[in-house]
Parts: sequence; structure tokens; C-alpha cells
Amino acid sequence: MKNNQKKSEKKIGGNAKFLFLVIFIYGMTALFNPALVIEALHGFVMMLEKVIPILAFVFVILMTVNLFLKPAYIGKLLGAESGAKGWAYAVVAGMLISGPPYILFPLMREFKENGARNSLLAVFLYNRNVKIQFIPAMILYFGMKYTVILSIYIILFSLAGGKLTEYFAGPE
Amino acid sequence: MKKAFLKTVSIFRTVTPILTAILLLINLLHPLLQDYYQKWFTGNYLLDPLIGAVAGSISFGIPITSYIAGGELLQKGVSLLAVTAFIMAWTTVGIVMIPLESSILGKRFALARNLVNFLLALCVAMCTVATLKLLP
Repeated sequence: MKNNQKKSEKKIGGNAKFLFLVIFIYGMTALFNPALVIEALHGFVMMLEKVIPILAFVFVILMTVNLFLKPAYIGKLLGAESGAKGWAYAVVAGMLISGPPYILFPLMREFKENGARNSLLAVFLYNRNVKIQFIPAMILYFGMKYTVILSIYIILFSLAGGKLTEYFAGPE
Repeated sequence: MKKAFLKTVSIFRTVTPILTAILLLINLLHPLLQDYYQKWFTGNYLLDPLIGAVAGSISFGIPITSYIAGGELLQKGVSLLAVTAFIMAWTTVGIVMIPLESSILGKRFALARNLVNFLLALCVAMCTVATLKLLP
């Protein structure tokens, strides 16, 4: 328990250092190009306005997962014993769940800590590309045939990507 | 209930500094990158997909932005192969996100996933364009 806390504190320290480094980069950039920094900060505030409600939603989901989903159940859905069903769940969930990856990573960690396989997490993240709501835009720019073929390849290659990621990163 | 709440707070405490840093970095780099995509492509059919994948890997944003950028590149004469590699890398590889992903999901996972996805971006692009050529 104490070890975990120490590890977590160390991680927070490392992450804070990275934040200070970025603030330093902003400071240096402001010396040479203040307009760029103002534009970046404006974009950052606008992004925060969008991200904060989503983060609040993720907080609630994470808490619900912590409260109700037992590790054994997550293991059964996305763990080593999940089999072909686990791969299918990862593909479909990746297509259905919206949101930028940085919002989904904490949820992924929760699943991982409860036994989800690396391969299935990679498959889930890859299939975020096949988004029903974005398909009309893709058809508009690239045509129906291209969109259908690309979507099929994304799903197929996501499985290969999952296997390869697991090969290099280990199963859990 | 309290335990679940504290566990969730602990996750957010770890994530918040790096998430803030990444969002700041994204907004600083975005204006610098968006005007230069077209200039990176050479017209070389073999080299351009690789350039597309690299450009996509260091870019970020919702997938629809990559379609718009890709559509513009296509109109400017960049090959469909390069544009597809660009779109795929944009949505599956996130070099700027690697510190965040490493911090949350582990360094090995983040590096392996991004490296594999970079290579797959090229494979998906080649397969898609080859299939399109085969179909009537």
C-alpha cells in the first residue's frame, strides 16, 4: 500500500516536472513570438471548456467502474480468458465510444489494472477511427468506396495491431 | 463508496498535470504545423507515404480534421497513398501524447502501440489504395 502511494507520488512529481517544462517552453516562446503564445493560450482555454465536462463524465464512469465492476468480471470481458468475444467487444466498444484518447486513457488504466489484456486495449484504441458520426464527412471528402474499404481494413488491421502490441509490450 | 471516490481522485491527481501539459503543448504546436503540411510532400510516390505517416504522427485533433487536411492535400496533388497514411497516422499514432500514455498505461505499451500503429498506417494505406485500384 505504502509502496503504491510512493510510486504514485513519484509519478505525480515526474508529471509536474513535465508541466513545468512546457510552461518554460511557453515562457521562452513568448520572448520571441508573443502572438503565438496568446493564440495557443486562447486555444488551450477553449479546449479546456470542452474537456472539463467530458472529464467530469469520465470521473463518474471511473467511480462507477471502481464501485460496481469487479476485477473478475473485467477479466472475463477483456482478460486472457475472454477469447474471441473479448476481441469482438474491443472492436465494437472502440467504434461506439467517442472522445479523445487522453480522456480514455484513465479508463483504460482501470481496465488494465483489473486484468484487461494489452492487445484488447490496443484494439479498442485503434477502432476509435471507425466512427459512425464521422463517416458522412469521410464519404464527402473521399467517396463511399474509399470509406468502406478503409473502414474494413482498419478493423482487420486493428486485430494485427493488438497482437503486435501485445508481442512487444507483454500481455498485461 | 469513499474508497472508490478516493481511488478515482488519485487517478485524476496523477493525470491532471500531464494532461494540462499535453493540452498546452498541442495548442502551441498546432498553429505551427497546420500551414506546413503541403510543403512537406515531395511528389515522390515512395517517399510521400512515409512523410504522410510522420506528419500524421506529430499531428493531433479529432479525425474529421484529418479528413479536411487530407482532402486539401489530395486537391493539391498529393497522392492518395500518402494522404491515407497521413489520415491513419493522425488518428492512430500520437507522438505528443506518448508522455501521457506512458504515464497512464506504461512506457512499453505506449511505445509499442505507437510504433506498431505507425507501421500499420503505411500497411492500411497500401492495402486500401491497392484494393481501390483492383475494384471497378
